[in-house]
Amino acid sequence: MDKGPARPDVVIIDYGMGNLHSAHKALEKVAAGQKTVGISSDPEVIRQAERVILPGVGAIRDCMAEMHATGLVPIIRESLANKPFLGICVGFQALMQSSEENGGIDCLGHFPGQVKFFGDNLQDQEGQRLKVPHMGWSQVSPVMTDHPVWKDLPAGERFYFVHSYYVEGQKEDQLLASCDYGPVRMHAALAEDNVAAVQFHPEKSAQAGLKLLENFLNWKP
Amino acid sequence: MGLAKRIIPCLDVDKGRVVKGVNFVGIRDAGNPVEVAKRYNDQGADEITFLDITASHEDRGTTVEMVEEIAGQVFIPLTVGGGIRNCDNIRTMLNAGADKVSINTAAVTNPEFVREAAERFGSQCIVVAIDAKKVSGEGEPDRWEIFTHGGRKPTGLDAVEWAIKMVELGAGELLLTSMDRDGTKNGFDLGVTRAISDAVAVPVIASGGVGELQHLVDGIQQGHADAVLAASIFHFGTYSIPEAKKFMADQGIEMRL
Repeated sequence: MDKGPARPDVVIIDYGMGNLHSAHKALEKVAAGQKTVGISSDPEVIRQAERVILPGVGAIRDCMAEMHATGLVPIIRESLANKPFLGICVGFQALMQSSEENGGIDCLGHFPGQVKFFGDNLQDQEGQRLKVPHMGWSQVSPVMTDHPVWKDLPAGERFYFVHSYYVEGQKEDQLLASCDYGPVRMHAALAEDNVAAVQFHPEKSAQAGLKLLENFLNWKP
Repeated sequence: MGLAKRIIPCLDVDKGRVVKGVNFVGIRDAGNPVEVAKRYNDQGADEITFLDITASHEDRGTTVEMVEEIAGQVFIPLTVGGGIRNCDNIRTMLNAGADKVSINTAAVTNPEFVREAAERFGSQCIVVAIDAKKVSGEGEPDRWEIFTHGGRKPTGLDAVEWAIKMVELGAGELLLTSMDRDGTKNGFDLGVTRAISDAVAVPVIASGGVGELQHLVDGIQQGHADAVLAASIFHFGTYSIPEAKKFMADQGIEMRL
């Protein structure tokens, strides 16, 4: 579904997975008429965009399969190389090398590291069982505290997560923010050069999420 | 510190208006759904649930328009339930801006629908609503059964076994309503809440019976729920969302304040 103007400044990449409406509405709100926002699966529209968002929900196997089937992998790789890029949730996980989900799936390999399962018997320090999926508002600790995407967001700000698999990056200098769920310290956000990616849903994270999206729109890496 | 417990105001919507009944009769008008949802978003609600209780199919078109309007103004998760019977219904609601859908009767009549929905759209957006009623008598071990049609129709299904089955089929979250308590303001049925919450790995939302803030605390601390849902205490101004959150936080529950 293409949505928005013919040549939007900001493009949400539509590769057939899930709910792009929320991200579109949230970005339109923070763009406040200063930038145009669209949803597209057209490589040329994505190429012309000033910046792009890679969303994703559901299972990684389906996401990767759709990304390949729609022929969008080359333009996604091109965008990763040359413009402000934000991956969200499974759109973040897709940037890693591989995921344990669905019996092991190769991803795009933009960031070194894996996507791992929380496990069936996750417990906190007191031995209480923790629910999986990790669903709800968790505190996030920025590591790159002066990163433009994290501007004006205090340490310990809560964002809305919903996921059963988490990112474990390999390079500490790519760690933008971390989040603890019981014994697991996950990479809640990674960033390097022009690419940032977050596990939580900024489009569903109230004022904090809108602020992060606004920061992304203003980011000049 | 980690994951906060959630407060979810629920909008029961009939023909385009928020209503609230006592045990589904004696309906009171509580306003325009878009305005009510916006108010809860601004007050700091953690999610919003929109349940379409409109009986006739013809009036359902209004729901899609309202969900679209709410989704354009509310930047927290939105669950839509009521009349979700097939994957087309789910797609329509997700395209309108819902983040999750709640499946109720259709899960009972066709459990495979839950599997199909979870495979197609992902477990993260499939909530199964469970309406349970206590069927054990005095002195017997506790037992709850699934009821449909607003609590009127028994199914003979054991509520705890049913919850486990729904999660196996792919439900990412359970919305558990005690039909004995709904609308009574006597508090959640903590027994069934705890039995189900302890039996499944996915989050459980406790619903039905909230009349005071201590009930929300009990749902989390004694019922082991991950989220608490309430309607009338918020709609009619008895308490605000910030008051409820502060009350819960003061009793040691981790909240998003």
